[in-house]
Formats: sequence, structure tokens, C-alpha cells
Amino acid sequence: MADLPNTTEDLTPDTFVRGLWRENPVFVMLLGMCPVLAVTNSTVNAIAMGLATTFVLVCSSLLVSLLRHWIPKQVRIASYIVIIATFVTIVDYGIQAISLELYAALGAFIQLIVVNCVILGRAEAYASKQRLHTTLVNSLGMGFGFTLALLALGTVREILGSGSILGMPLFGESFQPWVVMILPPGGFFVLGTWLLLFNWLRLRRERRVLEQAGVAANAG
Amino acid sequence: MSVQVDTPARSERTPAWPMLRTLAGIATLSGLLVVLVYQVTKPIIAENERILTEQAVFEVLPEATSKADFILTEQGLVRAGEGASGVTVYAGYRADGRLRGVAFPGAARGYQDLIQFLFGYDPACECIVGSKVLRSTETPGLGDKIDSDPAFLRNFEALDARLNAQGTGLAKPIELVKHGTKSEPWEIDGISGATISGKAVARALNDAAQRVLPAIRQDLAILSDGAP
Repeated sequence: MADLPNTTEDLTPDTFVRGLWRENPVFVMLLGMCPVLAVTNSTVNAIAMGLATTFVLVCSSLLVSLLRHWIPKQVRIASYIVIIATFVTIVDYGIQAISLELYAALGAFIQLIVVNCVILGRAEAYASKQRLHTTLVNSLGMGFGFTLALLALGTVREILGSGSILGMPLFGESFQPWVVMILPPGGFFVLGTWLLLFNWLRLRRERRVLEQAGVAANAG
Repeated sequence: MSVQVDTPARSERTPAWPMLRTLAGIATLSGLLVVLVYQVTKPIIAENERILTEQAVFEVLPEATSKADFILTEQGLVRAGEGASGVTVYAGYRADGRLRGVAFPGAARGYQDLIQFLFGYDPACECIVGSKVLRSTETPGLGDKIDSDPAFLRNFEALDARLNAQGTGLAKPIELVKHGTKSEPWEIDGISGATISGKAVARALNDAAQRVLPAIRQDLAILSDGAP
């Protein structure tokens, strides 16, 4: 039997960093939109949701990577879902033990981490093919990228919609909060604005690369 | 002479055993982990719930420093933990052991879902002295003002809740009126922008008070002696 090409990735800084920026699950891949829009109405909720998702993502990716030679491909999705659901249940109890108020604020979205496509996507596309240490680094990067994106939405929405950050009031008594920002439409507004910014930056960079190439070609 | 013909290899089928083994193994591991975490967090969660209830009771009964639980039954109030089942009410006591008041739960449908409340009742002035939302999914910034708007919460500094002469219900039902039109001590001054949630407060309070307050008056002696 011919040797298959080696598809395992070597550990580089990019393994971690691309989850934060170039392959950001929210701003670039547009995955996991349900919690992104639903629980980012305050900074605390965004951080808690981001960290809970990161925990599930890292633990399930590690276990999938560890068991990758044992799981027959016919039953892989069922196995991944059971593994993910296990860690979601653990997070569910963990958050109840940390703070019941936080648990009430996040509501059903903790249980819904099970169907977050970022996590299943990582298990299927990365963890099931890669070695343990690169999986750990990559899933941490993806998790932090997801948390950063949630934080980007949550902070803006809390400042505009409640006039506070982390529950501390920023403006004086006279500030009239922009209530729509902590309602569901505000999630779409803020997400849309962030995507606009990200795409504009990306296009500008691409145009610059093209222009430089053009200058070089003309000069030569 | 023999001709060798390459027959396409039959697609490899994974036998049932590895699939079964994998799924059973993962399910066992999953079960073990969940049970372990459940066992570890169970006492912590129970303690969190106790602290949360205690904080809520002391919030709706200012000046209370200790509490005792009672169950509302058909016959009246009995101490919790004696096998009775029903609505739990919490008697709050001052530092010197005198009864400060009774906190009782109420619930009503709000704009999105059931809102659960805890209300504080002072038998000395026969009035409601506190209101707190325990669980709600009301719209942030609009409906959730029923638990944060200072002007609205001032309604519950001394809201009249006197019983009728027979002691079977409230003399005047508690009602919500439009913002700025409160004229009677048993009326709740509403919030503009939170009409439905405000009405839910009045309905929850009125329903619960009609049921709980007669029992409190009847068994006031049990409550007064109940200091822990």
C-alpha cells in the first residue's frame, strides 16, 4: 500500500493565530451565529459564553484527536456529538456552581453549545486528522477567536444599550440608553458593522498587494 | 497460461464490532464524567441556591437578619421539613428575634414568559414592603425595569394590603394604574414602556397575597415564635 501523503500539521505560531484572525470563526467563517447574536447583550454574558464554548471546544477536540484512530468513520458524527454533549453537560453544572445568576442570564444557550457548528466543524475538519498538541493549540486559538468576537459585540452593545461596561455605569444620569442595542436587532446591527469593517480591511489589504505587484511589473 | 484479472477490491466494510466498541466506550466514558461532575457540583449548587434565596428574602424584608421556612397548607402554615408540601414562605426576623415580616412567592405571565417574584409583607403595618424578580425573560431595557426602576420600586415601600373584615382576602385588590395617576395606597404606579410586565407584577402580587395573607394572619403566633 502506497504511503499516504503526510497531512498532519507541524506546530507553528500560525496554528494558534489563524483562529484569532484569518480564520476567525465568527467574523470570517460566520459560524455559531446563534449564541453570537443571542447572548452578547452584555460583556459578562459574552465572556462567559465565550469561555464556556472554548472549554467545550478544547476538551472535545482533545478527546477526538486522542481517539481518532479508534473511531470508525461510519459512527464518527455520533461519537463527536456524544463527546461534545458530555463536555457541555459538565460546563452546564460548572456554571451553576459558579453563579446561578449567570446561569439564568445565559439561559438555554449553554445547552445549545452542543449544536454549535464551530465545535463540530473543528472536530470533523481538524481534530480527527491532527496530532494531540497541534489540536490543543489550534482549538485554543479558535476558542479565543470566538471569545474575542463575542466580546467585540458584547462590549459595544452594552456601552450603547445600557451605558455601562461590566455593569459599571460609564455616563452620567442624563444618558438615555440606546435600548435597541441590547435587543435582538442590535445584535444584527453591531455584527453587520463589524463585518463591514473586517471586509473593508481585507479588501484594502488585497488591493494594496495587487497595486504593489502592478508597480513591480511595470518597473520590470 | 493464466490471465490475472484485477478485480476491483470490494469496498472495505467496517465490521460491527469496532463501531459497537467505540460507541459503547465513548458512552461509558461520557456517563462516568457526567456523574463525577454532578456529584462534585451538587452540594455547591444547593448552597448557591440557599444563598440566593436568603439574599432575596433579606432584600424584600429590609432589616431582617435571619429567616425560617414555612409551608402553606390547606390548614395553615407549618414549619418546613415536617413532610408537608406546598408553597414555601419565608419568615424574616430582626436581630433581636422579633418577626420582621414574611416573604412569599408569586408568579404571573409577563410579556414573554412566566415571571417569578418574591414579595415582602409586614404584618405590623399590613403592607407590602418589598418586591424582587427571581426569574424573568422580560425585554432588557423595557420590561426588566420592574426590577430596577427606582421610581417603580418605591411603590413597594408601604403598599397597602389590608385584609377584609372576615380575614378571607384583601380589602382592596392590588391594581396597576397608569404612570403618574396613583391616588390610593393599594395602587401600583406603572412604568411607561413596561405596561405588560407592570401588570404582571400587580397580578402576581394580588393573586399570591389573596392566598397567603389570610394564612399569615391566622397563624401569626406560629410565625412570631419561629425565630431560628
